[in-house]
Amino acid sequence: MIERTPWLNLATHLILILGLVMILLPIWLTFVAASHDLQTVNTAPVEFWPGPYLLDNLRTAWVESDFGPKFVNSLIVATGVVIGKITLACITAFALVFFNFRGRMLIFWMIFITLMLPLEIRIVPTYAVAANALSPFQTLLDVTGITWAVQTLSGLQIALEWNLLNSYTGLILPLVATATGTFLYRQFFLTVPDELVEAARMDGAGPLRFLWDTLIPLSKTNIAALATIMFVYAWNQYLWPLLVVTDRAAYGVVVVQLSDLVPDNLTTGGGTPNWHIAMAATLMVMLPPIAIVIFMQRWFVRGLINTDK
Amino acid sequence: MRRAHFKFSWIAAVLLAPQLLIIFVFFYWPSAQAMYWAFTLEQPWGGGNTWVGFDNFRKVLTDPYYWASVKVSMIYAFATTALSMAMALTLAMFVDRQLAGYRAYRVTMILPYAVAAPAVGLAFRFVFNPQAGVFSFLNTLSPGIWDPGQSGWQAVLTIILAGAWKHVAYSFIFFLAALQSIPRSLTEASAMDGARPLRRMVDLQLPLLTPTLFFLVIINLTDSFTDSFGIVDTLTGGGPFRATDLMVYKIYADGFRGFDYSGAAAQSIVLMALVMALTFVQFRYVERRVHYS
Repeated sequence: MIERTPWLNLATHLILILGLVMILLPIWLTFVAASHDLQTVNTAPVEFWPGPYLLDNLRTAWVESDFGPKFVNSLIVATGVVIGKITLACITAFALVFFNFRGRMLIFWMIFITLMLPLEIRIVPTYAVAANALSPFQTLLDVTGITWAVQTLSGLQIALEWNLLNSYTGLILPLVATATGTFLYRQFFLTVPDELVEAARMDGAGPLRFLWDTLIPLSKTNIAALATIMFVYAWNQYLWPLLVVTDRAAYGVVVVQLSDLVPDNLTTGGGTPNWHIAMAATLMVMLPPIAIVIFMQRWFVRGLINTDK
Repeated sequence: MRRAHFKFSWIAAVLLAPQLLIIFVFFYWPSAQAMYWAFTLEQPWGGGNTWVGFDNFRKVLTDPYYWASVKVSMIYAFATTALSMAMALTLAMFVDRQLAGYRAYRVTMILPYAVAAPAVGLAFRFVFNPQAGVFSFLNTLSPGIWDPGQSGWQAVLTIILAGAWKHVAYSFIFFLAALQSIPRSLTEASAMDGARPLRRMVDLQLPLLTPTLFFLVIINLTDSFTDSFGIVDTLTGGGPFRATDLMVYKIYADGFRGFDYSGAAAQSIVLMALVMALTFVQFRYVERRVHYS
């Protein structure tokens, strides 16, 4: 505003700098701890200035945790989830908005209700499903007697099995359903003017052609916004990969690796905790999503605000 | 919903199928399964599950450890929500004055959102560790005065601080967006009437923020109840002596370490009901706001 408020401006800066310190302090201390040796990092009081061992510690952490393949895995999973979520959100919303059929509202609500069923709550049975993703269908066949009927009639035993544990599919598939993404796309499709659809139909375009040639190019900002928040979401997943992957060497992701670095009695055997290595690893795991948020700030903020309101 | 343009055809079915299949297999089926487990008990020598009615719930609800878990979850949820929202609101209001350095302030405040929960947990575990953390100097004065690994309330305090730190970013983004959508003419009019910036914050901005405030309270509460696993697992592991055994963590521990599927399922159903109640409140409220605005 136009008024002169020198004292208030000073106070504003002081408050904001205090806030800045509170936000950055944990990240800064992580960075500082990652740059000292074992001796210094375990001596009170806490160090506030970095030491000379940052690169050594990063290297040690990288090798000890076998981060090379794990970063690749994290990248594969995050990319897969992003592509899956955007694709599903787009085609589901398209079918819901542009096709006329009974049960549109019912399907919309079925997707909406998944918001109330976060993974943490249904974790144990979801894990059971992941061990055999076809078990719901098998159970349905068993209960309805179809299994029995087929067996008596043809002698064939129906045994559906699809194990998702220790696979990229298992890491990605259960995370790609997206209520928020579907809403975002639905909101967007509802703003598309009728004339556009009519023009497309006049030119002889079918629904798929219309989706591909008109709607998808129009929704580029949507895609960018969704992609940034979904990438951060997928990269930071912890509980699901922790359970689904037992073969960490092949399918482990970096965030789960952090649980092995917790310096408690289990990992140190009562010895001095390797805080410098643990913090170096933490730093590396934090970095990719932080970079995304900084460089894609605009899309990120837009995506967050649009999906949740 | 608006007028559709295409007749239903196999195309629509094919487009809808993937998402419907996934939510059936990974959302509805497991939820139904949880319901089934909650009302049955697995036979110790195989032979399927037997119906036990509300026995599992009775067992859970008479378990003192469960109520301790509910209590600490409540404390965690309300404390993180209050702390993070108060901080986010203050910061957003002052960032919104758009003084020099506005962009730097803004981007910093949203950083915590990008950090994975277990990374937050591990970082805070270091920051508050008794040997060399920020409070380690207390222990050099009087040994054992600060140790979240031994003291229950100190452990609860550290998970609250970690949770609040992580949640600040989210609320901040929404508060700032809401502040920036306040029409400039309103601000100018009140400035003409002689309202100084602080007065405008209290009498103009704060009342206009109430919808956002309410929305964020519900979202933050729901999140704190369901999304605390990563922080707890790397920061305290539920300890010491179950002091930070939040509801979500207890479901995980009972299910995967204790193999008590029925108990874990009954707890899941209780938590599900809680989340649904919170979502319902939010929805009612959102509906009303749409109606009046």
